[in-house]
Amino acid sequence: MIGVMNSVEAVITSIQGLSASSEDLSALHDLLRGAQDSLRAEPDVNFSILDQLDASKHSLGYLYFLEVLTCGPVSKEKASYEIPIISRFINSCDAGQIRLASDKFVSLCKRLKDHVLELRDPLRGVGPLLTAVQKLQVSTKRLTALHPDLLQLCLQAKSYKSGFSILSDDIVEVDQPKDLFLYCYYGGMICIGLKRFQKALELLYNVVTAPMHQVNAIALEAYKKYILVSLIHNGQFTNSLPKCASTAAQRNFKTFSGPYIELGNCYNDGKIGELEVLVVAKSGEFENDKNLGLVKQAVSSLYKRNILRLTQKYLTLSLQDIANMVQLGNAKEAEMHVLQMIQDGQIHALINQKDGMVRFLEDPEQYKSSEMIEVMDSVIQRTIGLSKNLLAMDESLSCDPLYLGKVGRERQRYDFGDDFDTVPQKFSM
Amino acid sequence: MERDDEASGPMMEMCTNGGEETSNRRPIISGEPLDIEAYAALYKGRTKIMRLLFIANHCGGNHAIQLEALRMAYDEIKKGENTQLFRDVVNKIGGRLGDKYGMDSAWCEAVDRRAEQKKGKLENELSSYRTNLIKESIRMGYNDFGDFYYACGMLGDAFKNYIRTRDYCTTTKHIIHMCMNAILVSIEMGQFTHVTSYVNKAEQNPDPLDPIVIAKLRCASGLAHLELKKYKLAARKFLDVNPELGNSYNEVIAPQDIATYGGLCALASFDRSELKQKVIDNINFRNFLELVPEVRELINDFYSSRYASCLDYLASLKANLLLDIHLHDHVDTLYDQIRKKALIQYTLPFVSVDLSRMADAFKTSVSGLEKELEALITDNQIQARIDSHNKILYARHADQRNATFQKVLQMGNEFDRDVRAMLLRANLLKHEYHARSSRKL
Repeated sequence: MIGVMNSVEAVITSIQGLSASSEDLSALHDLLRGAQDSLRAEPDVNFSILDQLDASKHSLGYLYFLEVLTCGPVSKEKASYEIPIISRFINSCDAGQIRLASDKFVSLCKRLKDHVLELRDPLRGVGPLLTAVQKLQVSTKRLTALHPDLLQLCLQAKSYKSGFSILSDDIVEVDQPKDLFLYCYYGGMICIGLKRFQKALELLYNVVTAPMHQVNAIALEAYKKYILVSLIHNGQFTNSLPKCASTAAQRNFKTFSGPYIELGNCYNDGKIGELEVLVVAKSGEFENDKNLGLVKQAVSSLYKRNILRLTQKYLTLSLQDIANMVQLGNAKEAEMHVLQMIQDGQIHALINQKDGMVRFLEDPEQYKSSEMIEVMDSVIQRTIGLSKNLLAMDESLSCDPLYLGKVGRERQRYDFGDDFDTVPQKFSM
Repeated sequence: MERDDEASGPMMEMCTNGGEETSNRRPIISGEPLDIEAYAALYKGRTKIMRLLFIANHCGGNHAIQLEALRMAYDEIKKGENTQLFRDVVNKIGGRLGDKYGMDSAWCEAVDRRAEQKKGKLENELSSYRTNLIKESIRMGYNDFGDFYYACGMLGDAFKNYIRTRDYCTTTKHIIHMCMNAILVSIEMGQFTHVTSYVNKAEQNPDPLDPIVIAKLRCASGLAHLELKKYKLAARKFLDVNPELGNSYNEVIAPQDIATYGGLCALASFDRSELKQKVIDNINFRNFLELVPEVRELINDFYSSRYASCLDYLASLKANLLLDIHLHDHVDTLYDQIRKKALIQYTLPFVSVDLSRMADAFKTSVSGLEKELEALITDNQIQARIDSHNKILYARHADQRNATFQKVLQMGNEFDRDVRAMLLRANLLKHEYHARSSRKL
């Protein structure tokens, strides 16, 4: 017994001693890795041990113990006991230390998520996971494995704003493609919930065009939502996927998303009556995909798109005529739609209630104000920054030994002749 | 007028009908119901029969015209050797014209027997020429075969035989002869791609061609372009036809047709300056337009913006144009294009246009006009907007400066999105590639 306790004691002492500097930490890390299995086998290791450690100073050691203590099947009692402990740890731990054992940290946080879902109280997990993500991230440009879990909890808790705060980071680097798919898919759904359709479109676009060899279920669902959101936001449907989508996607997506493509084509024709009939006919399938709400939003957006088209052709139009042309019930409904669009800023118009006439105006933006100049300036700066990034990436890729090796191997295919050797000889095999 | 030179037979009939000299100056393609005899008199050969049959098929319920056309077709077919057409015509007549126009089996058998004999004779001659290897005779032999098949109505064989003479042609004249025959058969068969290729072949000849031949080739290629719906090219070809052509190509086309086709296609597809230069100021084409004064009037009306009268002429000509074998399929499209051009031209000089006055000018209701204008605005052919409350059309010129700013901002945002997506995808690919190569290693 004492011997066993001693080994645990020994570990604790080492943790307390070696948590100060980075060389000590790496030694400690090796030690902990070695002791991991024996700790797991210990039946006596329990939560009281954690009282001897300080979460913020001894984060690495605390993490190892905590992980050992919380593994095992999930149950309601365990959940309600462990959640506050884990949350407190996440809030107070030291980011530098936990990054050394990031996979353990990730599995710990996933545990938290499981517990929270088990108790059906996702909101409890949102705060801690948000902190966890911020601590785990090496840079805001890098996606972690926790991002999708956080977004999933936000979706279930309907706390869209916290989810959105994470989404405003530009993700460029990714460790695991699967994380990216889930991140973009959940992110898209959060943006849809917040009615920020432009950002949703961007995120879903990233999933749809991501490189993949076989059709990915997440990407397929994302494609269905992508079609619907592009109908709502852009008012049109393009039958073909963007050229940069993978060949697997281009070949297979269409076969699995039949009703959505029909919906898109029907939308392009612009007739409300037919669209509604189609929706009713296929409502079962839409319901199965849980997209029925989105589909209904798409249908109501058709009215908007038709009214928008009218502004191109007419200077003034009576409300009754608008109702007739867009196939609304009566002038009152037309007035409501037009009013809504004016408030949303989609059109510029004046409604004259006495005559029942709407007068469409030109966009009053003259692009002469200082705010507009600032906007333009920031867009220009951003563009310059991005171009620099792109060039840097291109350069680094051309120096990458793997890339050079591949080109060297396939030199025969790209036979440029002796005077145009782009790759040094040493890379050919 | 050239028509006085023509076979005075039918003309005399017309004179007895009308009793006045002015009747032979009466234009044949006009707003009045078509005078079948006069129309048929413009043509000769197989096309006369085909045109009469076409009229009989497409004249709607007008039995008088139908029977008249069928009667004339019957007479014409009996002068030839095509028994298949004969049988068709007899079926169509169905005994309505009495015994004189019924089935004449004796005639049919006689003609068929003669045809067999002639065929045998031609075959013998041809094989003897072939063994003797006399180029000119072989050429004549194939030519005769082509003529024979053409007369019998077997157009495919006729074409093949005419083409076979190509290897035995020695002079320019032979080649031209072959091309003209091939063109004739192709037009009758309706294969206008062949027409174009043989016209090109004939025109590529290094020796200068007879002006009549050039005019004929231009007519043929104009017809080909018309069938392929290339109205601008068709118009240009027709407008270049030399008036000396007269009636010499009436086994295919009459000068009235050249005027009508050329005029309408030009009106539908030329812009204003081209219309003035190539049609109105074209002295040569004026000779053709004299034959169809209504077309001449309507072109002038269009140019001087008298749209109401222009559209009136068009409406009156429509019924007769629908009976024309080549123009039938294109009448609606051409009319549509002419009307659209008229609408656009009307609105071009004005800042604002009163829709009710415009509707009067175009003989339509204000709401109908609104719909037409809406379609043109959507197609971006008119830059204007409709004030539906006061029924006025206002010209709208896009503000270039604002549009540019808008585009710039939009482009910046798109670039932003696209590059970020691209960096992300590149990262994914790199990751995948690393993963694969680390697995391999």
